[in-house]
This record gives sequence, C-alpha cells and structure tokens, in this order.
Amino acid sequence: MTVAVPRSLDEAFAALAAEPDAHLLMGGTDLMVEVNYGHRRPTAVVSLDRVPELRGWERSADGRSVLVRSGLTYTEMEIGELAESFPALAQAARTVGGPQIRNAGTLGGNLGTASPAGDTLPVLAALDATVVLGAAGGAQRELPWDEFIVGVKRTAREPHEIILGARLPVRRGPQEFLKVGTRNAMVIAVASVALVVDLDAATVAVGLGSVGPAPLRAREAERWIAERLAFDPLGISSDGDPETLAEEFGRMVAGASRPIDDHRSSAVYRRHAVSVCARRALLRALSPQVVGT
Amino acid sequence: MSEYCAYTLRVNGRDREVSDGWLGESLLWVLRERLDLPGAKNACEQGECGSCSVLVDGSLVCACLVLAASAVGRDIVTVEGIAGAIDGSDAVLSDVQEAFLTEGAVQCGFCTPGLIMAVHDLLDRVPLPTDLEVREAISGNLCRCTGYGRIMEAVWTTVRLRQVGGQAR
Repeated sequence: MTVAVPRSLDEAFAALAAEPDAHLLMGGTDLMVEVNYGHRRPTAVVSLDRVPELRGWERSADGRSVLVRSGLTYTEMEIGELAESFPALAQAARTVGGPQIRNAGTLGGNLGTASPAGDTLPVLAALDATVVLGAAGGAQRELPWDEFIVGVKRTAREPHEIILGARLPVRRGPQEFLKVGTRNAMVIAVASVALVVDLDAATVAVGLGSVGPAPLRAREAERWIAERLAFDPLGISSDGDPETLAEEFGRMVAGASRPIDDHRSSAVYRRHAVSVCARRALLRALSPQVVGT
Repeated sequence: MSEYCAYTLRVNGRDREVSDGWLGESLLWVLRERLDLPGAKNACEQGECGSCSVLVDGSLVCACLVLAASAVGRDIVTVEGIAGAIDGSDAVLSDVQEAFLTEGAVQCGFCTPGLIMAVHDLLDRVPLPTDLEVREAISGNLCRCTGYGRIMEAVWTTVRLRQVGGQAR
C-alpha cells in the first residue's frame, strides 16, 4: 500500500498518475469506516487534505455564483459569508455527524462518495449546482449535479480526475434544509428536503435526499407552488391559508420521492417524512424574515 | 510494493516513529497499539461515539477516521497531552479534568477522554458558551452512564473558574 500526501494540485495529479487506481482521500469520514471494518483494503491512497488549491471558496467576478472548493469542511460551511449566501447549505452542514465529523468531512468527499444520504447533495440539487472536475495540466470540465451523480455511490468522475469543487449559483430568497433521522445528533438521513426560493426568477426549487438512488428534484411540486405564491423583493407570501397550501405542497413533494425499504427506514415512512419536511420548509420560508442581498 | 513502512508522527509535541505499521491503519490504532497512548478510546471505529477524539492541527477530530500515515507533519494532541502527563510521568490534570472529577462527571470513564478533548476544544474557542453551544459541542460524544447532567456541570464549573481569573491549563 502507498499513501501520498501531495502539497499542491500538481503534486496530487502526479501522485494519481503514478497510482491510477488510488483512492482519493479528503476528510476520511467515509473511507476510514470502510477500512476500519475491513470492507475495503486500498492499495493506494492519495490524501488531498493538504492541497491548498482545494481549500476555501471564491465568489465569481460577477457575484452570481460561488465556487466552493472540494476541501471545504462542513464546519466551514456553517459560518460567515458563505452561510449567509447559502443558508440551506449551512443548515445541511450543521446536521452532519458531530463537531468531530464536521471538522473533517468535506464537500468534495460528500460528492465523491455520492451516497444517497449525502447531506449537501439535495442542497446542490436545489441550487442547480455544477461539479468542477480537474485533470493534470489544468484541464477542467464542469457537469450539472445530475450528470455528475449517476447512481448509488456512482459518479461521472474519471479515474485521472480530481473533484475541484462545486459551483453554486447565488439565489436571493429564503432557503431551508430539513432532515429526518433516528435521532438529532450524529445521524445519517432517513429523508431530507432542501428548499431554495429564487425571488428574482420567481421560482421554488426542491431537492430530496435519501429517497432515491441519487438526489431528486420535485419539479411538478416546484411549478405548482410557484404559481400559488407572490414573490416580492422581501420574500414570498400566499393569498390563501398557508397551512393548507403547505399541506398540499408536502403531499406533492412526497409524490416525487422514490424511497426504498432498507435497514434505516421504510419507504412508507420516508415518503411521509418528505411530506412533513417539505410542508415545514415552505411554512418557514413563508414566515417573515429579513432577506439578504 | 511493500505493505509496511515507517513514518513519523508529531504527538503531544514529540516526534514518534511508527514502524512495522500497515499504512492503512487509523490514527487511533497507531496511538493505542504502536505509541503506547491508550487515552483515546476505541469503541465504534466509525466516528459515531467520539471516544477517540483528538486534536489534529488544532481541530477536534475522531482519531479512528484519520489515516495515520496521512497525518505526517501534523500536530497531534491526545488526552495525554492535555493532562501534561505524557508517557507515564506524574499527572497534572487540566482544569477540565479537575472539574470532571469534582462534579462527578465520570462513571465508567470510557467516554471521558473524548469528552475532555471536546470540552477543551469548545472552551478554548468559546470561553462563555451558551447552553446550546455546550450541548452541540458534546453532541458527538456518547456517554451511556451519566445522562450528561454532571458533564454539563463540569463544563459550567470550568467556565466559572476560568472567569474568576483561573488561567486555562
């Protein structure tokens, strides 16, 4: 077995070229569980957690998007300007494990593992994020999230590529993330819902986690609710009774889920959990709040 | 290519050579089985219980989820380093450890080293935490004995003592 600890992106690509089958390691919160339990015995590991080009995040020149680099930890997603720009991402990050896991786990790791329960993934889906992949020599390609995640723990990353990060379009408006698990802390999602309102485009986007092989969008419910909301610069509102509207919205969102029975929960419960989370997400988004710019 | 090789980790301020280890070993395994530092406890091996919490470059993490060989060059602090008693020298307990004793926050003791690390990490960053901040800070550390009441008291005792001029140890 070999372990490479590159200190630059060039070194990382060189290490990957030397060991094309190497497992790419970021925070270790997925890989090391498999190693500890004897489910995986990697022959080569390229550890990416000290590659400076994979740290932090950057706003685009026109301010319309943010490149979140793959080494950004959940703890870093929870704070500061990034959390203000993407509150749903911050909320999702805060539901991941305990502080120890959030200090280690990263966006790139969440994308690379591509678990159906990956907590940031429904947020990326609701934001229409793209995934930036890099290769040696500066080559890059950018894939929409649903072309990057192609199945349960399967991605479109080629063996010679490294996930550089995800590009998140900035949306002005309320965002919510709700997750159901067997308890509050340290839990893997049984179902999760991300809701992103775009006040400027007058749209609502809903991403679902843990209720399909990959994150799902509830597009029919999104269109349905957008037609029934008033969008103004300060937020969204509804003419009718918000509870009734949210109830029906929850039912429609649940209809978009494709849950299965497994060791963590049943499909019936997951569908119910999605409807409750979607209802609450909408009610929270409807409650008066200060919307940042 | 050989499965085994030697590398050096910096633990509690000292360079420690790890030889004859499999490169896939976790930091927790290396600390306990190769470096005679059994303070970090081995329970779940999947980051669920927090009993193996250590600081790596000042960041609280589960040692079971750190690939030891990837931590070369990092500054690792275990509960033995917090106590100021490395490798069996006379124990000088930290203020958090003292508070755990005086408040009766220790029962079986298995979770205690991890909780000590988590509380130090919190109070060194946030000297006056809210109740929610404390609860969230120790949410990654499972205790099956105490019900957490005495642990919370130990945190508040430490906060109070640090406030009245006690220097953090």
